[in-house]
Amino acid sequence: MESKKYQTYILVWLGLVILTGITVSMAGMNLGRLSIGIVLAIAAIKSGLVFSYFMHLKYETGLLFKLMIPIVLAALTIFIGLTFTDIAFR
Amino acid sequence: METHQDYTGSKIGMWLFLLSEILLFGGLFILYSSYRYKNPLDFHLAAWELNRVLGTINTLVLITSSLCMALSIFFIQKGNRKLSALFLFATIFLGLLFLGVKYLEWTAKIEHGLYPNSPRLIGRPKGEVLFYGLYYSMTGLHGLHVLVGIFILSVMLVLIMKGKINENRFVPLENTGLYWHLVDIIWIFLFPLFYLIT
Repeated sequence: MESKKYQTYILVWLGLVILTGITVSMAGMNLGRLSIGIVLAIAAIKSGLVFSYFMHLKYETGLLFKLMIPIVLAALTIFIGLTFTDIAFR
Repeated sequence: METHQDYTGSKIGMWLFLLSEILLFGGLFILYSSYRYKNPLDFHLAAWELNRVLGTINTLVLITSSLCMALSIFFIQKGNRKLSALFLFATIFLGLLFLGVKYLEWTAKIEHGLYPNSPRLIGRPKGEVLFYGLYYSMTGLHGLHVLVGIFILSVMLVLIMKGKINENRFVPLENTGLYWHLVDIIWIFLFPLFYLIT
């Protein structure tokens, strides 16, 4: 608990702002299909930063905390995967 | 008098609620992506019309409000109630600013005749109708979450000023913070999907 510093939060915020700048300028370039992947990857990195630092998941110790989010994300991935195989092969 | 606080229990309860929220918005994201897959060109044209500058400003506003929220919790844990209240006030202010920008954006769209079931929108291709339907329902549901968040944050601000939330009892403020950060994360995904991918 004592390892938390307010400087860390400001650094994370700076990272989020820079990543936002990158996505916005990337969208200006015409990268076609590739841009969807890049934009979503950056959004995933940004949410990872918020989850681990702002929401303190990095500092949580219990096994439950470490397992809950991956389980929900896995469920969501299965939903997305099944929906898209349905749409693609209908 | 010593009151019992179940720190881990209340945090896990909050996380369970947040995970159900992730699944709620996740369902909407699946709906969005399958319609986008079926109508790529209409979605492309409709997304082009959204105001990218306002979307970017709102992203920065929400990210900064998340920082203020994290700092507010940091200072209450350090026992500095004044700074904690100040940062919480900044969080509320930025939340209101987000809704204000959203209001400007929506009224501009509505003045252009682009709202669900409007005569101008009905005449457009099916994919664009779907895009605007999803745009209004998803950003609307997110805006509702921001509104609820602002209300809860205001209650927390009163509790801090009354001293009911202090360096020994800050779990309610932490849980409110978790909710506020999740609302930020949802916007982190909504913003590129609606404004950037064209």
